[in-house]
Amino acid sequence: MNTPVNTTPVIQLRDLAKTYQTGEVEVKAVRGVTLDIQRGDFMAIMGASGSGKSTLMNTLGCLDQPTGGNYLLDGIAVAALNRKELAKLRNKKLGFVFQSFNLLARTSALENVELPMFYSQPLVPLRERHHRAMQTLEKVGLGNRLGHYPSQLSGGQQQRIAIARALVNKPELVLADEPTGNLDTRTSIELMGLFQELNDSGITIVMVTHELDIAAYCKRIVVMRDGQVISDTRNEKRRSAVEEIATLDQAEQKAKLA
Amino acid sequence: MIFLDYIRTFLLRTLQTLLISLRALRRNKMRSILTALGIIIGVASVVAMVAVGNGAQARITSQVSALGQNLLSVFAGSRKSGGVNSGLGSASALTLADADAIGREVPDVVAISPEATTTAQAIANGRNWSTTVAGESPDYLKIRDWKLASGSMFTGREVRSAAKVAVIGSKTANELFGPLNPVGQTVRVGNIPFVIIGLLESKGAGMGGQNQDDRIIIPYTTAMKRITGEKYLRSINVQIGSADRMKIAQEQITSLLCQRHRLAAGRDNDFNIFNQKEIADTVNSISKIITLLLGSIAGISLVVGGIGIMNIMLVSVTERTREIGIRIAVGAQPGDIKLQFLTEAITLSLLGGLIGVLLGIGASKLVEVFADFKAIVSTGSIILAFGVSFAIGVFFGFYPARKAAQLDPIEALRYE
Repeated sequence: MNTPVNTTPVIQLRDLAKTYQTGEVEVKAVRGVTLDIQRGDFMAIMGASGSGKSTLMNTLGCLDQPTGGNYLLDGIAVAALNRKELAKLRNKKLGFVFQSFNLLARTSALENVELPMFYSQPLVPLRERHHRAMQTLEKVGLGNRLGHYPSQLSGGQQQRIAIARALVNKPELVLADEPTGNLDTRTSIELMGLFQELNDSGITIVMVTHELDIAAYCKRIVVMRDGQVISDTRNEKRRSAVEEIATLDQAEQKAKLA
Repeated sequence: MIFLDYIRTFLLRTLQTLLISLRALRRNKMRSILTALGIIIGVASVVAMVAVGNGAQARITSQVSALGQNLLSVFAGSRKSGGVNSGLGSASALTLADADAIGREVPDVVAISPEATTTAQAIANGRNWSTTVAGESPDYLKIRDWKLASGSMFTGREVRSAAKVAVIGSKTANELFGPLNPVGQTVRVGNIPFVIIGLLESKGAGMGGQNQDDRIIIPYTTAMKRITGEKYLRSINVQIGSADRMKIAQEQITSLLCQRHRLAAGRDNDFNIFNQKEIADTVNSISKIITLLLGSIAGISLVVGGIGIMNIMLVSVTERTREIGIRIAVGAQPGDIKLQFLTEAITLSLLGGLIGVLLGIGASKLVEVFADFKAIVSTGSIILAFGVSFAIGVFFGFYPARKAAQLDPIEALRYE
């Protein structure tokens, strides 16, 4: 599973640039980023606010178009696409996880997960939609919460729904923007455990975070400053969420016994 | 096959979008109802106004046609003496010879009745009653499309012999005889006894509101000789063979009478011709204009209702900015978002239209309780109301929907 057949990188960035025009002022949010992301990778993008990591993420997510350089997503040149084609690409090849979960309120977990299939072309038959959404929710450990509304679930559970939604269309790449930003430490570790598990099953993940603790669960860490990549390293001392949870549980047990 | 697939996909997508829209509307029940209220009131008033207008028109038309089929009434002109105008029919102008000439020389005349009327006291059965005494010909009932409830009409022979026979209206009969059958009884008019040979069917109030059933009809010869004592007629009622010959017949009668009365060109005629078809046409076109006017005023409230929908849709788009961002992020195309909000607006206005039609029908029925005519709810006005509410949904939903579709997903996802 860890050795994908397709060897073209999921993402190829060549001298990517993004310049905003805010009134009179030009803001160069991203200035010349060159990166390849291979299939099965688990990459963290770090950097202070204003470093351009969010802009890079939006561009990777096809929510925004670059103003310079090249971006190939799964071999497709994104710069040449219009809004409609970008929407198709997002639907087919990308999954999003946000800091604030961004689930539809007063809509059940199952329907939230079904949402991307609603916009798929060709249309996914209703029964298959249910089936796939249920399967994916089971995969993220929420098989027993199908009918719950987001407001009835904890932050960790809501984020799991969001992950299921990101996965349901079998994307080439999952983009997570500060996914643990609104969660407590233990829930964060559990969630990173889920990401690691998904990554082990072959899913490519790119995650923006400003916490070193969280980046430590990834395989590769890219640091940005002033719109440029200043370091790009493999993470040799990778943390394992499963082991840490086990240790946490043991500690809790001991504390109870004491 | 590809084409069929395309249609199937399109239908499924529309259905999906419809379900989403319905759910969004259900979530804000109160707001949806209040928003649709503008359309509901607009459609209801259009349907009700048109129904009431049509009903009133039909009522007036039936009153006009109750005067008789293809009726031309020739009235003697007004008599002026010392500045006092005595009104239509008072001039000594029309004679029996005129009536004969019309019957003889105007080819389209199928029935004719010279009329000599007056008001007199009728006495019978120990009671007395002031009523209209009308001298007519046997054709009168045919001209007025009037039927007898019992007995028979007098004949030409009885006219020629100036017989003392009478046909009595239901109102007069009721006043004089109560529930008794008046046929065969005697009624005294101006001290002259008349044998009642027929009872008229009830006809109800006429155009001016006077009771047509309050009258006694006798041969015109008898009326002229024994009651009015005049040799002039008040009017001549003429029935024409077909509606499209009315105009020509009227012209022929006019020129015939001008010639007989030796009226120089440019002098006022000493008679007037009342054309029943012309009156009916005028009344029809007036009531059509009134119906149109009422409908248009109601239509304005439809437009106001549409603006209400646009307002709420704009609020809704702003409120759901984040939802729109999410949908766009997971792959909704601008067209999907546009369709969703457009469908919502159309659903709102069509729903309003449906409720409005039902309310409008209800309101028309309510009007029937108070007015003395039936409101006519036309299928046309219902289809029109639906069509207009659909169009309003499209028109006033388009701008908010386009606004939603053009949202920037990054901004939308950040929106608080």
